Amino acid sequence: MTPPLPQARPGSVSGWIHSVETGGTVDGPGIRYVLFMSGCPLRCLYCHNPDTQHMHDGTRTTSTEVLDDIALYATFLQRAHGGLTLSGGEPLVQPEFTAAILRGAKALGLHTALDTSGFLGNHADDHLLEDVDLVLLDIKAFSEKTYRHLTGVPLRPTLEFAERLAGLNKRIWLRYVLVPNLTDDAAEIDGLAEFVAGLGVVDRVDVLPFHKMGEHKWKALGRKYMLTDTEPPSRELVERVRKQFQAQGLRAD
Amino acid sequence: MDTLLMDGLAQATEQQSAADPWRGFAPGVWRRSVDVRDFIQRNLTPYEGDAGFVAGPTARTTALFAKVTDLLKQERAAKGGVLDADTEVFASITSHAAGYIDRELEVIVGLQTDKPLKRAIMPFGGWRMVKTGLEAYGYTPSPKLEEVFPVLRKTHNDGVFDVYTPEMLRCRKSGVITGLPDAYGRGRIIGDYRRLALYGADFLIKDKKAQLASLEVSRIDEDVLHLREEISEQIRALKELVEMAASYGFDVKRPAASAREAVQWTYLAYLAAVKEANGAAMSLGRVSSFLDIYVERDLKDGVITEAEAQEMIDHFVMKLRLVRFLRTPEYDQLFSGDPTWVTECLGGMGLDGRTLVSKTNFRMLQTLHNLGPAPEPNLTVLWSEKLPDGFKRFCADTSIKTCSVQYESDDLMRGYWGDDYGIACCVSAMRIGKQMQFFGARANLAKTLMYAINGGKDEVSGEQIAPAYAPITGDVLDYDEVMARFEPMMEWLAKVYMNALNAIHYMHDKYMYERMEMAFHDRDILRTMACGIAGLSVVADSLSAIKHAKVKVIRDANGLASDFEIDGDYPAFGNNDARVDDIAVWAVERFMTALRKQKPYRNAMPTQSVLTITSNVVYGKKTGNTPDGRKAGQPFAPGANPMHGRDKKGAIASMASVAKLPYAHAQDGISYTFTIVPGALGRTEDERVSNLVGMLDGYAAQGGHHINVNVFDRETLLHAMDHPELYPQLTIRVSGYAVNFIKLTREQQLDVISRTFHDKH
Repeated sequence: MTPPLPQARPGSVSGWIHSVETGGTVDGPGIRYVLFMSGCPLRCLYCHNPDTQHMHDGTRTTSTEVLDDIALYATFLQRAHGGLTLSGGEPLVQPEFTAAILRGAKALGLHTALDTSGFLGNHADDHLLEDVDLVLLDIKAFSEKTYRHLTGVPLRPTLEFAERLAGLNKRIWLRYVLVPNLTDDAAEIDGLAEFVAGLGVVDRVDVLPFHKMGEHKWKALGRKYMLTDTEPPSRELVERVRKQFQAQGLRAD
Repeated sequence: MDTLLMDGLAQATEQQSAADPWRGFAPGVWRRSVDVRDFIQRNLTPYEGDAGFVAGPTARTTALFAKVTDLLKQERAAKGGVLDADTEVFASITSHAAGYIDRELEVIVGLQTDKPLKRAIMPFGGWRMVKTGLEAYGYTPSPKLEEVFPVLRKTHNDGVFDVYTPEMLRCRKSGVITGLPDAYGRGRIIGDYRRLALYGADFLIKDKKAQLASLEVSRIDEDVLHLREEISEQIRALKELVEMAASYGFDVKRPAASAREAVQWTYLAYLAAVKEANGAAMSLGRVSSFLDIYVERDLKDGVITEAEAQEMIDHFVMKLRLVRFLRTPEYDQLFSGDPTWVTECLGGMGLDGRTLVSKTNFRMLQTLHNLGPAPEPNLTVLWSEKLPDGFKRFCADTSIKTCSVQYESDDLMRGYWGDDYGIACCVSAMRIGKQMQFFGARANLAKTLMYAINGGKDEVSGEQIAPAYAPITGDVLDYDEVMARFEPMMEWLAKVYMNALNAIHYMHDKYMYERMEMAFHDRDILRTMACGIAGLSVVADSLSAIKHAKVKVIRDANGLASDFEIDGDYPAFGNNDARVDDIAVWAVERFMTALRKQKPYRNAMPTQSVLTITSNVVYGKKTGNTPDGRKAGQPFAPGANPMHGRDKKGAIASMASVAKLPYAHAQDGISYTFTIVPGALGRTEDERVSNLVGMLDGYAAQGGHHINVNVFDRETLLHAMDHPELYPQLTIRVSGYAVNFIKLTREQQLDVISRTFHDKH
């Protein structure tokens, strides 16, 4: 027997979420309320939250309910110079739900960050983006071939979204997951760094060393994890990639 | 003002011309009567800058610390961690000749006995404890002491057991009340040790004599007699302190005239207290901003350099790290790691809005960098959102690097205790020199809930401990029915508990009066009867399970509810979920209400704490299966923490739940221990510092009282368990205090490791 679905209140939008982490410190400035939303069109080989890929594996809720919970932390988040981060999954799978939460968070006086791959950037209209203070943009690779191999979808929409954000002067933190033998090609990274620097709105670049902490989730889901034999990048490799971004005048530490 | 010295002005003028110890200090009421706060308010230089000015260790500090490190290493290797113990003389302020580590190197001197780390015999708490303690570590007490105790001299322990009722004994045995200070010193009294530095012993003795004269009243009843005898004892203690100081070559009859003397005088006053009182917690108070006034004066006069100022504080702290008491292995099981709770408070804001942060607060924190991390002194930052940013950041940076700092909300406590309070032990605030507490350990609320279900029978032994109220007989626990049984059981427990504490503190005053600590108090003080509770999150989760899921009872052959089967999910404490957090709040308020109905000894004000220190392990061991799904013997969460692994929404949700617990009904403190891996606090060092500051600001703003901060990886602890020799200084914060990780029992180490680490990402 499934529990009854929560009833949406007027002005409320229903949607699917995976979980909440209230003490996040690496998904935006300060201390964050991180809402992991479910559903993602990408199938990244290294995905560390594969349990968020299917929207209906999550919990059905409403924007009002989500905001009621966020409101409990508003004071704390403000004092801690933090805010709300929508992550996932991919928040733009549910653009209306996402927009409603962002709107409500702004009404609570919170800083907002949107963690996205940018693939569904055209789902985010300008009204939605108005309520976003910072975009955590994952550009997972810089050639169509690598990107498609890694994620199963084309790269082009992400780059177009990045350019659109630049046009709106929206601040961006770029995130780049560094996987040995997969996303460590020097020429490709140079190309990405040049592109990113050219946007003029990227405040920092987080080079995230690949880790296998999500591997057990793949096993739990009965799915084959392709990167079992891949090791995390060496310190030297991480440093080299950071330097490549720094060479373009970007902050990458 | 409590002080009764009438001719203070003449006295003061005379002293000023003699040694001029008060030269350059702004005058005020403090010159005429004992009022350290007034002195601080008029003379402190608040410091709003950063840690850029602090100095590293001098060559002398490094050389001396090498000797201390070696001594500590020998101590760890010795049987039971006891390097040496006296077997001949019982301790008093003057019982031992002056002792040194290395006379040439020590800037601040004084030891409890004639040798460093040699433990003294302090028998008045209970001779049997001393004897057991000595024998456990391979020493034999002198036969002549056996002739004295208990035949010629009764002890606190003897007195208490003469008056305990059978009911109290049953509760003690079953563990529904545990850790009572009936065989050891109660501690948690902070002498205002600063008074010796500011006034000198002559002034203080004169003040005490005036207090005695004020008690020449028409009706000399028991209360007056009690006080007159105590004040006479205090005067005697002050005189012995003068004698003890003289053995080190200091004349403490007069006030301290320099920074070095001020540190030395303050330490000697504290030393006299720890020479004869073996209290569970022997806290220092709030001395560093006071000392700062002397340091600033000497710096301004060009008499000392910053390096020398730091050296004094480093040497002072080395001494504080060497304070030891002789205790039994059983005691260590409860409060392990040999704690002394030399708690020193830093920071805080003045009632007038100025900060009380001084450069010497920084110097005190700097000792953790110069000498490495250590559990003692128990450095406690009185946190306010309004503290200067430079200080906040230095605190956070020190926490991240050493895990040796705890935080308590000054914004919360200032309204209760003013701006010259200190923390005794872990979380117990008291106005310094104006207030003391009768330490009351804690009652096991989780077991009490089991008694409510089982009609007063103990779920482990099957014995009838509480009155035989009707047990619950249904197969599924009904929330209203359980609550209807739980409340009278709490009322009963509060009554036995308070009566037991009255017995204990009556006898403690009679046989083990802390004359030295009390000599540094006013005549009329506020006493609190500091009760406590353990197992709060077990109770909240159990009641939540009963209310929101279905809890089936499994009964043993004797018909006792011995296990539970939970059908469905329930909201657990630690997720900022009102459905269960409200129950936790209710439990705190409800038990406090029951305690307030009792009549405490000496008109004390009843309070309670939500604090376990490391005793959460022992409490858990003595408690059977509980309706929240916790298995028999499993540790409780420490203090007010959520149960291990049940807080699933992250650090801030967990903090938010704890912050809801009402300080008004737990004025003896609410302890929360927070452990996070470095990576989860931020990517760069700078971000980690900012985020920790943000977290502390956020927690205080929500009304949180106390937070211990640990920043380390689980792997470090696992490695330290197997290779203790590599981690001599690994310090971790446990509910309310810090310990050397390697000094914990294996069971406690595992408990620490299994606790929630906030390690997402």
